[in-house]
This record gives sequence, C-alpha cells and structure tokens, in this order.
Amino acid sequence: MKILVPVKRVVDYNVKVRVKSDGTGVETAGVKMSMNPFDEIAVEEAVRLKEKGVATEIIAVSMGVAQCGETIRTALAMGADRGILVETDADLQPLAVAKMLKVLVDREQPTLVVMGKQAIDDDMNATGQMLAALLGWAQGTFASKVAIEGDKATVTREIDGGLETVALKLPAVVTTDLRLNEPRYASLPNIMKARKKPIETIKPADLGVDPAPRLTVIKVAEPPKRQAGKKVGSVAELVAKLKTEAKVI
Amino acid sequence: MDTVEPVAREAPACLDHPAFRPEHVMLRDQLRRFVETEIKPVAAAWENKGSVPREVLRRMGALGFLGIRYEEAHGGAALDTLATAILAEELGRSTYGGFAITVLVHTDMASPHLANGGTEAQRARWMPGIIAGEIITAVAVTEPDAGSDVAGMRTSARRDGDDYLLNGTKMYITNGVLADLVFVAARTDPQAKGSRGISIFAVERGTPGFSVGRALDKQGWRSSDTAELVFDDCRVAAANRLGAENRGFYAIMRNFQNERIVLGAQAMGEAQAMIALALDWVRQRRAFGATLWEKQAIRQRLAMLSARVAAARQLVYHAAWLDSLGHDCTLQVSQVKALCGELVNEVAYACQQFHGGMGYLRESAIERMVRDARVQSIGGGATEVMLEEVAKRLG
Ligand SMILES: Cc1cc2nc3c(=O)[nH]c(=O)nc-3n(C[C@H](O)[C@H](O)[C@H](O)COP(=O)(O)OP(=O)(O)OC[C@H]3O[C@@H](n4cnc5c(N)ncnc54)[C@H](O)[C@@H]3O)c2cc1C
Repeated sequence: MKILVPVKRVVDYNVKVRVKSDGTGVETAGVKMSMNPFDEIAVEEAVRLKEKGVATEIIAVSMGVAQCGETIRTALAMGADRGILVETDADLQPLAVAKMLKVLVDREQPTLVVMGKQAIDDDMNATGQMLAALLGWAQGTFASKVAIEGDKATVTREIDGGLETVALKLPAVVTTDLRLNEPRYASLPNIMKARKKPIETIKPADLGVDPAPRLTVIKVAEPPKRQAGKKVGSVAELVAKLKTEAKVI
Repeated sequence: MDTVEPVAREAPACLDHPAFRPEHVMLRDQLRRFVETEIKPVAAAWENKGSVPREVLRRMGALGFLGIRYEEAHGGAALDTLATAILAEELGRSTYGGFAITVLVHTDMASPHLANGGTEAQRARWMPGIIAGEIITAVAVTEPDAGSDVAGMRTSARRDGDDYLLNGTKMYITNGVLADLVFVAARTDPQAKGSRGISIFAVERGTPGFSVGRALDKQGWRSSDTAELVFDDCRVAAANRLGAENRGFYAIMRNFQNERIVLGAQAMGEAQAMIALALDWVRQRRAFGATLWEKQAIRQRLAMLSARVAAARQLVYHAAWLDSLGHDCTLQVSQVKALCGELVNEVAYACQQFHGGMGYLRESAIERMVRDARVQSIGGGATEVMLEEVAKRLG
C-alpha cells in the first residue's frame, strides 16, 4: 500500500513572526523556514506504518517555491521514499492545493493520504477535508491514533470535550493532531542517503489546475499587545474587575 | 549603453554562508532540536555529577552526530569541516560548555588522531565504536610542565621488544577519567630535541601502568571530566602506535587546526546563546519606569556585540570552508582561536552585567556561561600563543 504525505514549508515555529510594514502579509525574507510540525507528525506516522509492514512506499509532496524541495528532502531523510514538487510562485490557498493533490492521488493511487490537520502559518485547517470531499473518500481528521487493518482504518479523533473513534473504509484521508506521535530525528546517515532519493518537479499546469487564489487578503495586522497583569487582593475584587474592567461576566 | 545580464546564481541553501548545502542545514536543524529537547532540560544535573551520561553519547552516536567526517564504511557521514563547525556551534548554544566539550574532544580533538594517523586495521578496530558513541576518547598532550610549548613534553615511550614502555604524567585531560581510549603523545627518541622524536599511542583504559592520578576541580565546564593521567611503566603494544615513529608532533599540529576551528565555533555558539539570554532578560526587566531594552545604552551595546559575533562567526565559517577545500589556513585558524576566545569572554561579561544581581546567582544560565567561557582563551591554544602564530604570518 502506498501512502501520500503532503508537506508544507512554513515559517519555523521558533521564529517570532513579524507583520510586514505595508500590512500585506508576514515577513518571510531572511526568515528560517521549516516543515509544518503537523506534517512532520504525518511523515512519522507514514514511516511507522512502513516499518510495521503496512505500507510499501511513501511519497512526499510539497507545493510552492523551489525551496519546498528542501522540505521534501527532510521528509526523505525521515524515511519517505520519493518526492514530488509542484513548483509555483503563486500564493497557494487550500482549495488549489486540494485540487492539485486530487490529481496526484488519481495518478499515484495511494491507499492513504496522511497530512497535517492545519499549517501553522495560516491555520486554515481545510486542505485535508477539501481533498477528501474532492476524492469522495472517507476522512479521519485530528487523529491521535491510527490503526490499519485490511481495508479498514480505525482513527481516534481529538474533538472538543474528548475523543471520538471512527472506522473508515480505505482509501481515506487522515489528518494528524499533536499527540499522534513524536517525530523522529533525521539521523545524519539518513540525511546523506536522502540526497540520492528522487524528487520529480512539475508545474500546476501539468496537473491541469489553475492555482490562482480565490480569496483576497485585505490586511494583516499585529494582534493587540498583551497588557501587564494585575494582582488582586480577594475573590470579590477579582469578580468585580471581571465585571467592570474586563467585562467578561 | 549596453545592458548587462545579471550573473545567474544558484539560490543558497541558507543565508548563513554561501558554502552551506542542504545537508548542512538539515544537520543544524536536527542538532538544534536535539539540544533543545534532550540536553537543555536535563543537563543541570550533569554539572553536579561532573560528567555527561554515556547514554547521551550513545544516542548522539546513533543519530550520526559523532561521525560527521568519518568514513561511511565505519558509520560516518563523510561530510566536511563546515558540518563540524555546525556541530560545535550548536553544542555551544546548549549553554552547557561542559557538555559541548565532552562531545567535541571526542569527535574533533581526540579521535581525529586515529582517523588521520591510524592504519586500516587500527581504524577498523576502534572507529566504528567511536562513531557509535560506545568507545569514548581523550587526547593527552599537555603535561604539568609543558602546555603551550608542546615540544617541551617529557613523557617517554621506550621500545621494549614488540612493546613500548610509557612513563610520565599528563595534565588537564578532558574525558580523562571516563575515556575508554586515550591518544597519548610521548617521546620515542630521547636524543632528539624539541619537536622531533615524539610519537602518538592509543592506550586503552585498564592497561596496566596507566591510571588516573586525580580528577581535577574546575571553575567551569563542570559537566566535563578533566584528569591528571599517570603512566608508570605502562606497556603498550607497538601495534598501538599511530603513524610513523617520531612524527607525532606533526600529527598534533595538524589536529590543532581542526581543534581550533571547533573551539572558535563552540565559542560563537555560546556567544549567540548569551546574547539571546540577555535579550530575553532586558526586554522584561524594568528599571526607572521602562524596560532595560528601552535604555539606549543597553540596546546599543547588545547591538554592537551581536555585530562582532556575526563577524567572528563568518571568520569561523571562512576558515572551515578553506579547510574543507584542503587549503592551508593556519593564519585564519589562529585568528579564529585568538578572536573567538576573547570575544566570548567580552560577551559573557556584558551579558552578565545586563542581568544585574540575577546574573550572579547560580540559578541563572548566564552565570554558568561566564564560568564556562573563561577557558576559551586559555585551552587549545592560549590567546597569546595564537597571536604569535598570526603575527608570524602577517608578512
Ligand atoms: C579545562 C581544560 C581542558 C583541557 N583539555 C586538554 C586535553 O584534553 N588534552 C590536552 O592535551 N590538553 C588539554 N588542556 C590543556 C590546554 O591545552 C593548555 O592549558 C593550554 O595549551 C595552555 O597551556 P598551559 O596551561 O600549560 O599554560 P602555559 O603554557 O603555562 O601558559 C601560561 C600563560 O602564558 C602565556 N604564554 C605562553 N607562551 C607565551 C608566549 N610565547 N608569549 C606570550 N605569552 C605566552 C599563555 O598564553 C598563558 O596565558 C586543557 C586545559 C583546560 C584548562
């Protein structure tokens, strides 16, 4: 069974993100970029399924500028077998990505797509669901546990107020939550081996998809600065302040 | 006017230095995560214990961090000096100089003697274990009466049939208590003067006549063990001699180049971490109605220190790059060691100052880093000695 893992290049989670002075987006020039952490979890899950003998091949896919090839390389160093880079300078939004992934799924015929539940840059939380809808496949989102048996997947989902377990018929799309696993380190020998694994580079046009954005960003602004905290003397004072100052009760 | 086509350039793998390739960047990413998650939260206990747990070294071995430049046949990655500089810098950023030096002496000061000078049989015997972190190494050159002046060493190795008999004392030996394998420099020709007549021997722990005189108590690098080693008619097989007899001084000089790049990179990793600690502190610490960051005097000093560290870091990369191309870069390496060893102390002093009283408490990372930094201008080539090397080459 083949597994397809989409991996996105995002601003590294350690970077203190700054809004561009003209309000058109966040500053990415000279900023460290890394694989979206949820996607690392997806790669790890796929590699574990391969180590268990459930999967036979893992394909990592990334879309965007040429440097997304480095993100694919990281997936290859963690254990993916080959990569596909859909190279474009277009501003990619979830629907365009889902459409392109659908064409790749039709071509590669994986049994499972494992992907992050969201990317930490725009936090859309949409691509996995859109892909499942376009394919007409089952979906198990926010997975904290995945078990594959025959043509069934049992996925434990993290939902508001607890856990939900769903049984999916394969093929399916699974999106990962934080507690699914802890991604491995890419060992140095595996980093060196990854250099020799193949990455195919194609363009959106090769997939017959126009990636032009459908949504327009009007303005990006910093959230208001956090105010300094206050110490209160008693519960009564706290309640009073919540009513009159914070106005939350 | 003719229009000039811009020269097409390949996009660099990262913006730190043009010579870095994607595998360098990935190595740095893995090291940074390893240090953040598996070292920083637990290393304070190692400071009290005086050593780094073997487990941690084995784990680093399993991840390939201990065999960066070694042959693939033994588990190494056959990468280059730039990758080594990245290792040293990232370990320096851990804020635990003792941890960093435990690893770096093993990878870049001791084991290169075997990797560069050993026969195929000698390498096959020990290198796989060294790269895996199963065999930890030390290098013993310095003696109580001979430090900067390496050629002044007196430890002797007298040929006796198929063996040598080693006699003498070595001083300040990092990993000396815990190492499984020590590369020892000794005089094989008592008649030869100065740099001639020195050879290197691989001596295993437990060899009769080889003992730890005492563990040394230090100002900093507390999680690194340092020892005085005693050789008393210690019998070492001639098969354990590394390289040609009486040529050891040249092996030592060659390895010093690598050692000094590594120490410079470690120091600049430490300096970056200290500036980060100071930034975090001054941005939240308030005095006279504003944060310390809002005092121009403080933020300008931090800004200038950051500029000097950025410049020194580029010099480290430059030396590492020259070395990776096989160029003689003794001048640049000596500049690196002299500059970085001093600069890290200036940064330490200023960042401790910005911490105020907190910087004097054992509970603050900067206090430990100040103590750790001190040795950087002394060990592995003291500043004065390095400046002599630079001066000789100024033409
Ligand atoms: C924590 C620690 C770990 C170490 N680990 C190891 C190890 O693993 N293996 C090993 O072999 N050694 C090790 N060393 C030894 C280290 O390399 C020496 O301490 C260093 O080379 C300096 O030698 P020294 O201490 O004998 O000082 P000295 O040579 O006595 O120098 C004393 C002072 O005189 C100055 N000086 C010397 N010559 C000149 C000159 N020509 N002109 C002007 N000034 C000069 C020096 O710069 C220094 O300031 C370690 C040292 C320390 C402190």
